[in-house]
Amino acid sequence: MAEFEPKIVAFVCNWCTYAGADLTGTSRIKYASNVRMIRLPCTGRIDFMLLLKAFEQGADGVIVSGCHPNDCHYTAGNFHARRRWIIFRSFLDFLGIDTRRVHFAWVSAAEGAKWAEFVNSVTEEVTKLGPYENYQKMAQAGVE
Amino acid sequence: MTIERKLLKKDSVEKLFAKLKADGRRILAPKARGEEIFFEEVSSASEMARDYIQTTLSAKGAVFPCCEALLKYTLEGKDIKIQDPQEPKPTVLFGLRPCDAASFAILNSVFSWDYNDSQFRNRMKNTAIIGVSCAKADEYCFCTSVGGSPGDTKGSDILLTQLSSGDYLAEIVTDKGKEIVALAPELFEAAPSEDKEKHLANVPVKFDLNQLMQKLPAAFNNNELWLEQSLRCLGCGACAFVCPACVCFDIQDEAGKEGGKRLRCWDSCGFSLFTLHTSGHNPRPVQSQRWRQRLMHKFSYFNDRQKFIGCVGCGRCSRLCPADMNLLEHLKAIAEAK
Amino acid sequence: MEELRKKARELLTSGAVKVIIGYGKGSGPKARAIFVRKPEQTDQLIFNDQCLQNLAVYLTKPEVKALGKPAIVAKIPALRAILQLAAENQLKDEDLLALGISPEGKLVELASLKAIEDFLAGLSLELTGEEKSLLEKIEKMSPEERWNFWQDQFKKCVKCYACRASCPMCYCERCLCECNQPQWVPVASHQIGNLDWHIIRAMHLASRCVNCGDCARACPVGIPLNLLNQKLAEEVFKQFSARAGMKAAQEYALCNWKLEDKENFIR
Repeated sequence: MAEFEPKIVAFVCNWCTYAGADLTGTSRIKYASNVRMIRLPCTGRIDFMLLLKAFEQGADGVIVSGCHPNDCHYTAGNFHARRRWIIFRSFLDFLGIDTRRVHFAWVSAAEGAKWAEFVNSVTEEVTKLGPYENYQKMAQAGVE
Repeated sequence: MTIERKLLKKDSVEKLFAKLKADGRRILAPKARGEEIFFEEVSSASEMARDYIQTTLSAKGAVFPCCEALLKYTLEGKDIKIQDPQEPKPTVLFGLRPCDAASFAILNSVFSWDYNDSQFRNRMKNTAIIGVSCAKADEYCFCTSVGGSPGDTKGSDILLTQLSSGDYLAEIVTDKGKEIVALAPELFEAAPSEDKEKHLANVPVKFDLNQLMQKLPAAFNNNELWLEQSLRCLGCGACAFVCPACVCFDIQDEAGKEGGKRLRCWDSCGFSLFTLHTSGHNPRPVQSQRWRQRLMHKFSYFNDRQKFIGCVGCGRCSRLCPADMNLLEHLKAIAEAK
Repeated sequence: MEELRKKARELLTSGAVKVIIGYGKGSGPKARAIFVRKPEQTDQLIFNDQCLQNLAVYLTKPEVKALGKPAIVAKIPALRAILQLAAENQLKDEDLLALGISPEGKLVELASLKAIEDFLAGLSLELTGEEKSLLEKIEKMSPEERWNFWQDQFKKCVKCYACRASCPMCYCERCLCECNQPQWVPVASHQIGNLDWHIIRAMHLASRCVNCGDCARACPVGIPLNLLNQKLAEEVFKQFSARAGMKAAQEYALCNWKLEDKENFIR
């Protein structure tokens, strides 16, 4: 039987994390290949619903990553994002949505190694959790 | 067809449920969930809610679901595989009040009007209705003002009226009702001689329906009337959604790379979006016009088209309205106006 | 009550306001919103423990605005809603007069937004013990229990939008749900459609909810929606020390940020 390979969607900012992930590649660092990257200009642009839409479409884990505080290409986008995630994450927890499947990081354009380590760690954790069947079943329910 | 009368002992109800289930029918009956009561699938009569005037939502969801797939398809490579709607499960709706039972005729008239809605009609065909008369009513009930009554057999396949002993007078109204009796003839004993009327709630007539219907067409242009009545209306869809006779729906397509579905969902004329045109023009841009539409549709236009009105007097809209609009008050005001 | 009616009569007679938005006798024991425009009709105004609706919801309704400058009978949540609406540029100081009702039920005439601010500053706006224990009951559940609890609740939802209609802070002329390019919130009331709607509404109300509880009261199927909004309001207060409806010029906590904002989950 094939081992479970989680589908992980990563919402990353163009300027830091996307570039950082590029660096991981050019440095020929091997890391888990479960991540599907979605590039946005800034973490500040990431609507909280995007994360849930990823789960709805079959993702088992979600990553959100952008520039470190004070390094945002648009000055304050990641500060807005930080506030949003603080509130949203506690809300997800309140609703019983598995917050162990949602991971956040600041990964700069120079942190190729950090990106690999982060993705590996998230993949390992989500693999252990298994597919997010609860959510995916719910997403099909309620239609007669 | 003359209505046959039988006696269904109160202990026999549980046995009847067992026979219905053994016949492959699912039973939807009023079940309490916290403070609300909904029609849900039950296996035993003991699960049913007791001592209530009316359920929170009506039973129309059994034949006109809140969210129903009209068609589904999957994409497999270049192939489109369409899935036909499943054959609806044979169902018994147990415990409907006579007002709710009467509402199916209203729903049916729209779904068989200019188009035979096969999904609705399939569900209706597969649904039998065992109604229960009302021994109690509250100030929101007005079935008797709109041509109904707490013991009306209209719409029920079998109507049960609870007698002082706790046993039920069972009136076998239709052929579907006879089919159910045939499943368990030993449970339906010889009719009692008791007078049914003695066990029914007293629901006084609260307004003259003819007066109302006569005055409505002329009231159309009385903008002040509609504005005053609707000032506190918040424009939600609660009244239309809890109403057993409201039948407006929206169609939504949801599709992705692997397939899609076309869904039918409940809609309400109270929403501002209801009549919004793509151009941006809205023929009913203000709440007073939408309130007018609701009243006139149910009590005037519907009668013009279908020869009966679109309301059964169950009172749910008034009980559940967050702004306490109280439809009955407004109907009375119009009927009694000079 | 008599004091309220007297004040209302004075205001209408002098022409200081054109309409009193207050509570009147409703169906059975209920109270309902009434819009009194003639001094002789001020006898219809009542105030009792059935007066629960947040009347500030009518301040943004076009048909009510067209009646002219209102005096509005406002309990604490309504006063907060007035300030929050002002902070969001939905009304100005001269647009209304507040007939505040203190938690003890006394009439407090508040002629300006500043007066409302000062009045609220002297009150504790923390959740009551009962409200806290309801939230705690859910917080103490395991994640799986919480998921089951909320999924059971959302299963009942029929997307009637009574919660949105009754909320004074949901005044968008065109709600997000009514946009179909893209259809961000599914219209249908299937399970995911219901979940998405309630999540989005709660998040849009984070740091804006004034805890009137009208959403839960309006819901015809009895979903305790106010718990969602209370949870977020408490979280915003805990993390950013911000509460809705405290000042007439107040920044939206999720539009602001501080260098010192702390979290423990971003690697």
